[in-house]
Amino acid sequence: MLNNIIPAFVVGGLICILGQLLMDLTKANVTPAHVLVTFVTGGVVLGALGLYEPLVKFGGAGATVPLSGFGYALAKGAIEGAESNGLIGAFSGGIEATAVGIASALFFGYLVAVVFNPKG
Amino acid sequence: MNNKKAGNQTVVFQSPPVILSKYNIVGPKEGQGPLKDSFDVILKDTYDGEKSWEKTEAKMLETAMRGAVSKANVPLDAVDYILAGDLLNQIISSNFAARQIGLPFIGLYGACSTMALSTALGAMLVDGGYASKVLCSASSHHDTAERQYRLPTEQGNQRAMYAQWTVTGAGSIMLSDTGVGPKVTSATIGRVIDFGETDANNMGAAMAPAVADTILNHFRDLNRPPDYYDLVATGDLGMIGLQLAIEILKRSNLNITNDFTDCGVMIYSPSQDTHAGGSGCGCSAAVLTGNILDRMLSGNLKRVLLVGSGCLHSPASSLQGESMPAIGHAVSIEVSKAV
Repeated sequence: MLNNIIPAFVVGGLICILGQLLMDLTKANVTPAHVLVTFVTGGVVLGALGLYEPLVKFGGAGATVPLSGFGYALAKGAIEGAESNGLIGAFSGGIEATAVGIASALFFGYLVAVVFNPKG
Repeated sequence: MNNKKAGNQTVVFQSPPVILSKYNIVGPKEGQGPLKDSFDVILKDTYDGEKSWEKTEAKMLETAMRGAVSKANVPLDAVDYILAGDLLNQIISSNFAARQIGLPFIGLYGACSTMALSTALGAMLVDGGYASKVLCSASSHHDTAERQYRLPTEQGNQRAMYAQWTVTGAGSIMLSDTGVGPKVTSATIGRVIDFGETDANNMGAAMAPAVADTILNHFRDLNRPPDYYDLVATGDLGMIGLQLAIEILKRSNLNITNDFTDCGVMIYSPSQDTHAGGSGCGCSAAVLTGNILDRMLSGNLKRVLLVGSGCLHSPASSLQGESMPAIGHAVSIEVSKAV
């Protein structure tokens, strides 16, 4: 078990450090939303180039849970979709691969919006 | 004819209006700060039984206004004007508070400089003979300001170390042509100055040049020595803005040796983790109507210069990359030697 946990901690932690550095070392008009989009897009690019795969193999959830992992799954799904279904698959594959994440974000977002009122 | 004007930007009141009364109300965080003994009301929570923070802020402002009227011991209809402002779109806190009170109302927007601005204009109305009693007020609320200017607080975004914490507070003073109390002796209306700061978290840096400009003009217009005031208090420059303002003044050869501080620095202790200190209209309003006037009334301070500092950007202008114009308004308050 430690074989999984320690690499996940190290990889996930390093990705988070990168995010914090992006917040701290850039001008304040770089907002958390910019960091979010950068991580997803970065995951797509690295995933498409095959550079994120080794990170996932080594770090497991440490690499797939952060937002860059979402981008990686999008790229991977799109490539697999393109291989099986051509151009249409390139569009649908990414969404299929990330369907669980997207659907649960919608579902829990809806649930929380029904139960609670936004305050701030 | 223009014999009340001194220099370029300053007016000197011939019959200085008296600050007949003062009243303030603050939130829980301010109530835990070093000035807690100078507040009339400290709320237990930031809602105070209201459904929204906007409602709370309007109620706080109304409380401050009514408190100042009742402490002045004058009937409500003896008040000629309410001058008030706040930070929200269309200054709704002031509009809604004035709706409840039902007196002639002049809404002001000077961003965080509003308390000094309302005091300056109120004193002009009284000394000009257009009013006998004027209520000068301002308010801000941390959570309404976050909603107005920043991102949803639920996102839990990290705040920059140079960012300031908007004060939850409202303050009101009653200016009068008669009576006993500290007097508003002069006012310097500031110019809008913009050194090109575009970081909306760094309001202290945006405001420091405007505040320094107003202070320089005030001393120059009145030809006063740098040690004339026992206390020069800027509105809400915060720790970084105050240092910058001191630096600018030094380079302009105005070395204020007496107490020179900032309401935003005074209102919180460093352990409260507000980063660069307090901000907001309520900051200078609560500190003026609390600590500063308390010290004047007890005789510890004789001459005070309050320089309200306001950052005149909007959320839209900042998102469009515009820099932040700023302004400073100064009012001198003095206790006459005879009192």
